[in-house]
Amino acid sequence: MRNPQLNAAGELTHLLTLEGLPAEIIVRVLDTALPFVSIAERDVKKVPLLRGRSVFNLFFENSTRTRTTFEIAAKRLSADVINLNIGVSSTSKGETLRDTVDNLVAMNADMFVVRHAQSGAPHLIAAHLNRTGRAHVHVVNAGDGRHAHPTQGLLDLFTIRHYKKDFRNLTVAIVGDVLHSRVARSLIHGLTTLGTPEVRVIGPKTLLPAAVQSLGVRVHHDMREGLAGCDVVVMLRLQSERMRGALLPSTGEYFKHYGLTSEKLALARHDAIVMHPGPMNRGVEIDSAVADGERSVILPQVTFGIAVRMAVLSILAGT
Amino acid sequence: MALPDAEHTFAALADRMRGAVAFDARFVGIYSGGAWIAERLQRTIDGDHPVGFIDVSFYRDDFSRKGLKPEVKRTQLPFEVEGATIVLIDDVLYTGRSVRAAINELFDYGRPARVELAVLVDRGGRELPIEATYAGVRIAVARDLSIVLSRGADGRLALATEAGGA
Repeated sequence: MRNPQLNAAGELTHLLTLEGLPAEIIVRVLDTALPFVSIAERDVKKVPLLRGRSVFNLFFENSTRTRTTFEIAAKRLSADVINLNIGVSSTSKGETLRDTVDNLVAMNADMFVVRHAQSGAPHLIAAHLNRTGRAHVHVVNAGDGRHAHPTQGLLDLFTIRHYKKDFRNLTVAIVGDVLHSRVARSLIHGLTTLGTPEVRVIGPKTLLPAAVQSLGVRVHHDMREGLAGCDVVVMLRLQSERMRGALLPSTGEYFKHYGLTSEKLALARHDAIVMHPGPMNRGVEIDSAVADGERSVILPQVTFGIAVRMAVLSILAGT
Repeated sequence: MALPDAEHTFAALADRMRGAVAFDARFVGIYSGGAWIAERLQRTIDGDHPVGFIDVSFYRDDFSRKGLKPEVKRTQLPFEVEGATIVLIDDVLYTGRSVRAAINELFDYGRPARVELAVLVDRGGRELPIEATYAGVRIAVARDLSIVLSRGADGRLALATEAGGA
């Protein structure tokens, strides 16, 4: 079966996951994002590329930040943006996902940005559109369950490339709640595809997926050991709201073992950068001194995130 | 078909601009051919001519048919556009659509006092009311050919034709 993200010519037509996406496509998104970064620095922060197109933000799960950055990205491309908080409308009245999508296509949607608590929901929408001859309507996965968050993965890759230039000599550590993290999965796939020689995941056994090694990463349960010699440290948010049952003794205990402090960061390379997808839990996975410190690139990640999403939307709209 | 020599054409363009172009005009090259010419003109023509570059990809009118080209360069205008005299510079003037896109982008940076257009080759075939203020040469070229400017390792410019209209 063909990769549902690509059309017959091998061009990106939906962005659902970084898994299995060819390196050329990832690099093209990163390269295209570069000129979009400078648009944010102009007085007129807008280009007419998506003028007349309608981008529907379909958020079945709440996320103010991701929705806002997609909204800004689409508006800076001059698209019309329609935000739908589906969680509190149609589905609660019993409408199926396909009917919701069909209705919005009937309103001439050109693109859907989909966030859903269920893994695979954006894939289902894309497959439905492909199957019904409406592949000109594009789908972007803005986070589905524990599965993938490809634009976050791409903006993480963009940030790493911005500061470290080349992936082929890097050691990257991803620390914390990998089990619940679609961000971690997307980043691991992206880093591997771009030839990063060493990707480590660091966390307690209860917060690492059972077969995490199969993604091609090295596993560390001791944070000090895992941080040694790293170029990039990616901290993950402890997703307490997704946890069922007792995975952790307490957040205080978690911070003691897996919270990033200046003292632990000193074990990484002297020029290591610190990233976090946000929102941060200060004093849980990251100490304020590190989050606000000179090695932190957490706020540049947010800025780059808009440019990367502009790149994704404009590449999709052009295929 | 035989094309004029690019170096001679460049010299002719520089001659036309010399004395005619404002002393403090900013030179803005349209990627990629126009960028090379803008840099050369800055070295060739007396005056204070800071150079900027425009990639018109985000302003093109054929985006919905052709999509985004693989490599988009960063627009760099390291000076105030507001109130400035700008000379847009391109290698080949044909339909006028790239120039229209460049003017649109320029105005997102400010309101210039005056915008002029300098091109190496004016090949006719306009689809918009746009004309060059300065042209190195004016020639007629068949619609199914496009003119391509290249720059050698030694910096010398060369013109060639390729099948397929611009």
